[in-house]
Amino acid sequence: MWTESLLRFLLGGAIVSIFAVLGELFKPKTFAGLFGSAPSVALATLGMTFVKSGPGTVQIEGRSMMLGAAALFVYAAVCVAAAKRHGWPVWMSAFAAWLAWFVVALGLWRIGASTGILR
Amino acid sequence: MTPAVDAGGLKRCKPWEYAVRFLLGGVITAATGLVTHAWGPVIGGLFLGFPAILPASLTLVKEHDGRAKAVDDARGGRLGSVGLIAFGAVLTLAAGRWPPVISLSAASAAWIAIDVGLWFLCYRKKRARGRRRA
Repeated sequence: MWTESLLRFLLGGAIVSIFAVLGELFKPKTFAGLFGSAPSVALATLGMTFVKSGPGTVQIEGRSMMLGAAALFVYAAVCVAAAKRHGWPVWMSAFAAWLAWFVVALGLWRIGASTGILR
Repeated sequence: MTPAVDAGGLKRCKPWEYAVRFLLGGVITAATGLVTHAWGPVIGGLFLGFPAILPASLTLVKEHDGRAKAVDDARGGRLGSVGLIAFGAVLTLAAGRWPPVISLSAASAAWIAIDVGLWFLCYRKKRARGRRRA
């Protein structure tokens, strides 16, 4: 398990770095920001899931990922609102907004699980 | 403004700033694997949409270019999340039918097509509106 975690760490770090470089490379910032929501963790993870667990598990993860991405929309919207407030440090708002992601993602998961969408 | 390549952006970033992103991305990806291992693919899948790049990115944009640019970067991230939903949808449809490389490529193509399309729809429109007013 630790070997697999190390492999995920290296792969995830590399893919996130590639998208971060792409984000730095483009202007304007509204366009560069698109790379901030790139499927970096997904690409690092799903290739391994295909090999290890098969396409059925990938489909399950893909369905859940849509909910995670919807939570990412809310996360980014919170960041937009927080970054506009001059008294709030951007770094603190960006990390504190993770809480919004958790609340929305887990809320959507509860709804999805109770309605049978995620089965 | 039309999207353009600005190589100067790469030079503005210090090596440790790239290292922070590598570390954060690596830790989140490894943690996603551990979550999947502990609670299964339904919960693990949620974390494929986790904001892994944005927090460090917004912090660094604020440092280098100021608060207004950080707001713009977050706006881009908000738009990009719609493309990520498309990535998940295409992958869910394709995974059972096509080989892994084709499925992941199709999902990535959907992500970039939706993102770029939405960007032009949202931001090029604003530009045209501004020009008409002038």
